[in-house]
Amino acid sequence: MTERKPIASGSDWNFEVLERFETEIGRLADEYRLDTYPNQIEIITTEQMMDAYASVGMPVGYHHWSFGKQFLAVEQAYRRGQMGLAYELVINSDPCIAYLMEENTLMMQVLVMAHACYGHNSFFKGNYLFRTWTDAGSIVDYLLFARRYLAECEERHGVTAVEQLLDACHALQNYGVDRYKRPSPISAEEEARRQQERSDYLQAQVNTLWSTIPGRPSEEGHQEDGDAEDPLGLHAGGRYPPEPQENLLYFIEKNAPLLAPWQREVVRIVRKLAQYFYPQRQTQVMNEGWATFWHYTLMNRLYDDGLVDEGLILEFLQSHTSVVHQPAFDSPHYSGINPYALGFAMFTDLRRICEHPTDEDRRWFPEIAGSDWLETLHFAMRNFKDESFIQQYLSPKVIRDLKLFMVLDDDRDEMLEVTAIHDDRGYQRIRDGLAVQYALSVREPNIQVWSADIRGDRSLTLRHVQDNRRPLARSVYPVMRHLHQLWGFPVKLESLEDDEVVRRYHWPLPEDEQNDA
Amino acid sequence: MTYFIDRRANARHKSAVNRQRFLDRYRTHIKRSVEEAVNRRSITDMERGEKVSIPARDISEPVFQHGSGGKRSIIAPGNKEFVEGDRLRRPGGGGGGGSGEGSASNQGEGMDEFAFTLSREEFLDFVFDGLELPHLERKNLVDLDEVRPVRAGFTRDGVPARINIVRSMREAHARRIAMRGPIRRALREAQEALEAEERKDPVLRNPARIAELKAEVERLEKRLEAVPFIDTYDLRYNNLVNQPQPSSKAVMFCVMDVSGSMTQAHKDIAKRFFLLLYLFLERNYEKVELVFVRHHTAAKEVDEEEFFYSRETGGTIVSSALTLVDEIITDRYPPTQWNLYVAQASDGDNWDDDSLTCRDQLANTLMPRLQYFTYVEITPHAHQALWEEYEKVEAEYPERFAMRQIVEAGDIYPVFRELFRRRTVQS
Repeated sequence: MTERKPIASGSDWNFEVLERFETEIGRLADEYRLDTYPNQIEIITTEQMMDAYASVGMPVGYHHWSFGKQFLAVEQAYRRGQMGLAYELVINSDPCIAYLMEENTLMMQVLVMAHACYGHNSFFKGNYLFRTWTDAGSIVDYLLFARRYLAECEERHGVTAVEQLLDACHALQNYGVDRYKRPSPISAEEEARRQQERSDYLQAQVNTLWSTIPGRPSEEGHQEDGDAEDPLGLHAGGRYPPEPQENLLYFIEKNAPLLAPWQREVVRIVRKLAQYFYPQRQTQVMNEGWATFWHYTLMNRLYDDGLVDEGLILEFLQSHTSVVHQPAFDSPHYSGINPYALGFAMFTDLRRICEHPTDEDRRWFPEIAGSDWLETLHFAMRNFKDESFIQQYLSPKVIRDLKLFMVLDDDRDEMLEVTAIHDDRGYQRIRDGLAVQYALSVREPNIQVWSADIRGDRSLTLRHVQDNRRPLARSVYPVMRHLHQLWGFPVKLESLEDDEVVRRYHWPLPEDEQNDA
Repeated sequence: MTYFIDRRANARHKSAVNRQRFLDRYRTHIKRSVEEAVNRRSITDMERGEKVSIPARDISEPVFQHGSGGKRSIIAPGNKEFVEGDRLRRPGGGGGGGSGEGSASNQGEGMDEFAFTLSREEFLDFVFDGLELPHLERKNLVDLDEVRPVRAGFTRDGVPARINIVRSMREAHARRIAMRGPIRRALREAQEALEAEERKDPVLRNPARIAELKAEVERLEKRLEAVPFIDTYDLRYNNLVNQPQPSSKAVMFCVMDVSGSMTQAHKDIAKRFFLLLYLFLERNYEKVELVFVRHHTAAKEVDEEEFFYSRETGGTIVSSALTLVDEIITDRYPPTQWNLYVAQASDGDNWDDDSLTCRDQLANTLMPRLQYFTYVEITPHAHQALWEEYEKVEAEYPERFAMRQIVEAGDIYPVFRELFRRRTVQS
């Protein structure tokens, strides 16, 4: 047994103690090959923490009423003690910014440092989605640019105009991401410089697109190819856009007929931020699981090395246990699967499979059973997102431990049916089912821009491809209203089931349907 | 590489703008909640912030989502009894109207209301939104404590610290021009005479005259130099005079009828009315004093505790209270210095002839000295003599006298709003 020489005891902290802990955690993290951005640890007050929460973790957000709403909600929850704030604020930037709340006990500060500064931080730096989609070095600059730009817009065009525009953009921001193209990172200065250029150029392009006077398509026989006025053949026939577009906001930014240049820039800003948060939406389980796994491992090492005392480690274990608690489906506290619990269970189990594989593990994971655990975990962290991570690594043991089961909810059947449970026949199905449950493409309705009627009434048509007959929620109307605001002309949405349009939505509503909606 | 940064001293209220925008946006909803809160609240509670709720559907930020229906599989944790193939009933009756929005919660428990807490300031802002104190006036004060020095031109004497340099230099310049002018003229004449004398034919020159003129020029040049650049006579000082300051002090007289007919419920209503008024005055004046007067057949000035909780009771003579108020004003609150408000609450039950006395007293003695007089009659019954007499006062002072009837607690706030609604500007 190591002789215990704790760095500090009790629950009070000071900077010197924090720095010493940080150094120790850093040393251990190095041993585990956690590669991180430099850490910038900021000590803040409760109120500042609530601010940070409210602006979805953006260190410098633009102003919008919804962040105010968020703030009030957080404040309410915190006051009533329904929420601990301390855990989870870390920003994917370089240097990586993590917040420590001044009210935290010493244990919490150490825990947050392990969790955020080494867990999340290494995930941000290592995971392929973040590597591909976010540029940690420039995000803070870009946020500053966005904030300044929007403040200028407010000055010039009024708060209400900007607010309505943001409302509309926010409604569509989940459909403002590129899934396949990688955006090129640029700095804020570059962004500001290009912005003017862009707005001029963009407007010119839109003007070209909409330059013909709306009217009937040309009569038959009149071939219009090679028209000097329409070199791109945009008006020559066929559908525009030629391919369906999944990035709604991008399409609007480039094509909406009536937007002013500054409005296009705002659309772009919301789109860019949505893109920045896109990897986070796809790696919740992994990201939280990874950070939780590492705080657990690092804290235990600190204890093993005699650097923390029994009191602290007990306090830690209590806190950790509540974080990874998974209420059962019939518990009043149940609100879906707890990403911390699932992620932690999976990474912990992955280590177990490497270190102490059973026969079952060897059957299920022939390649990793008995392999180097650290290597395997790092590989998993780097190369997957929630969907594929579960598909790849959810083991029968974790399924049993969490007692997962699968229920089929078919509205044509008056009963629900349990289609798989945690037994031999169910493992594979549950694993597939859970992976699907985390696929963004399944979680969110599949909606794309289908056509813009550039020769006729300028209406915009979207298409929704139904997944297993699942209809759109009623929120479709308010979203269409926002879309209409951006587009400026009628918008339509067709819901397709097996290539057949089964439902049409319009905005503005035709007179006779007005009461219906 | 790790840096620690202490941000605690940074600006707070970073979210204040967003918060304010949210409140502005939902002003009407919040006002409704606040109104309910005011009616529901206990007295001591009024000063705190308030939790308000807004229907979630009004503040939702819509996004495209899956609705209920169709076919989907859900994975959930914590299976205890099910085996594959089990069929079970849908929880919560399934498929019924309402919102089955997205989230895979099988508890069917959605968010119906968005609740949050207003700070005390925000709360009171909403409570008193659109209301104003009638006849807000800043009273002049002769009291010497309440003076403030203001600049009032320049003086010739003062302390060095208050010298106005520009003014002083300007004075000096003017003086120099004035004093040196005649000397210069004389000098010029003497020089011209000297030159004329010297130009003469040497035979005709008068050496005595030349010497005389030379001496004169010399004398004059000396005199010119002797004119001082700056003189104490030139100095100007900034003048400060003490000006009496308008006072922003107000006093409110809470006059409550505690006669036998006033029930506990009546008193509660009265108290809440006074409390609203107090909070309102507190927001408008730097200093607000309260004077509590309770009366049955006799009036008595009491402290807050006794005002609200004493059980003494008896018949009713309203004028006794008015007389007492008048005396207190004369004694302690000269109308030149104080904004005077009287709020009276009674059930309107008065001793036979006394109502007439009340009217006289109000119309002739009190009203000329008051900013505003409000009378609330807390009764479900028909009005009696007092009300009728007061109506006459109201006719005489339509802008500064207001009366309303309150039947139940729910009326307090609306009546209050009516009494203090923002009026169109009157001369």
